[in-house]
Amino acid sequence: MTYQTLLGGIEPAFATKVASRRDLIVTNALRLGVLASVPVLLGACAARLVSGGMPKTVVEVLNFALTLEYLEDDFYTTALGKPGLIPTRVRPVFEQISKHESEHVALLKTVLGLDAVQKPKFDFTAGGTFGDVFTNYRTFVALSQAFEDTGVRAYKGQATKLMGADFILTTALKIHSVEARHAAEVRRLRGEKPWITGSSRGSLPAAAQPVYAGEGKTVELGITPSGVPASAVSEAFDEPLTKEQVLAIAGMFIVSA
Amino acid sequence: MAADGSIDLGMGDVGILNYAYALEQLEAAFYTQVTRTPYRRMSSAERHILRDIRDHEIAHRDFFRAALGRNAIPALTVDFSKVDFGSRDSVLTTARTFEDLGVAAYNGGGQYLKKPEYLLLAGKIVSVEARHAATIRDLIAPFSSAFAGDDVVGIGGLDEAKSPSEVLSAARPFIRTPVTAPQLS
Repeated sequence: MTYQTLLGGIEPAFATKVASRRDLIVTNALRLGVLASVPVLLGACAARLVSGGMPKTVVEVLNFALTLEYLEDDFYTTALGKPGLIPTRVRPVFEQISKHESEHVALLKTVLGLDAVQKPKFDFTAGGTFGDVFTNYRTFVALSQAFEDTGVRAYKGQATKLMGADFILTTALKIHSVEARHAAEVRRLRGEKPWITGSSRGSLPAAAQPVYAGEGKTVELGITPSGVPASAVSEAFDEPLTKEQVLAIAGMFIVSA
Repeated sequence: MAADGSIDLGMGDVGILNYAYALEQLEAAFYTQVTRTPYRRMSSAERHILRDIRDHEIAHRDFFRAALGRNAIPALTVDFSKVDFGSRDSVLTTARTFEDLGVAAYNGGGQYLKKPEYLLLAGKIVSVEARHAATIRDLIAPFSSAFAGDDVVGIGGLDEAKSPSEVLSAARPFIRTPVTAPQLS
């Protein structure tokens, strides 16, 4: 896809502004609702269009993120389409989460353009381990928590690879905190604390333990805040997962790439 | 500290860490007061949540003070005169303001950090602030879309990012000590 075709539908003066000031445009145009089509706008804002290509590392990070967003998006879209699965009382929560995951997919796909990976095929039963995921709300919401907490840790683990690409880094941070909002809310729905204590998976099944590996840290940059209990310190700092750790978790649900 | 009593956060990574330290001081002081003088009919579940959040903010504050060492700004004098600590509504809406502001501040501050370990550290904290924000919002409007409402999560499914000057001006009504950041961003 070329610069011209992407910007073709936009009036020339605006297109120039987009190309020169993509950060400002995202902030202002989105806020003002100037354009109906978010993907077109975000595509126009992609760093590759003005810089002649994003660094390979950045593309890899964004494709990794896109894979996780595909997973979450597919998961919630499927669940919301199953009559009687999600109780009416909490449906607005999952509609909001689903909306965000769809938006994240659209955003990442357009920023990546031709470099975007294809959507994999998913099996949310993980080969039968969670066979009733779309017929039993408890199983569904347990997986939801695992996906959201994993998502938070996944973005966190990639942040430093985006240093120097300010616009992309800030965008990733903006997604990261939304995933954390989702995680907190889903944990509340499950009767868990919204934050992670130690490396406890709480009432999640044993298969979910890798989601919480290493969460129990209480020493940060050599410092242990001592004024509060160690459990509170562990809750106060969310820890990252490596790409490999995340792919091992997500891989349980990916049938083919 | 300047002759007029104002505090300059400084520049570079130290400036951003002091900026975070200032916000964490504000939050820690707020929740300390909230838990010391609970609002009317505070439920036991709410008490637990607010105590947890208090402890997290104290951990954040103490972490930054230790990490900054002799570069740390002094303790700030807070001003909560506009908060009615007896009122659930007043406390929770103020908490929502602080938590959403904290999220936007860390999101906006990340790109200014030079040392990777500081960026990662900020990432470890911002998601906890986002968990707080979602929780407080859920206490205000349970089981609705408010935890990540359209008023704070915009088109693209993106949370907010604010510059230090935007954040400091939003925090100003709650901090008596004048705080400036002329060298940040």
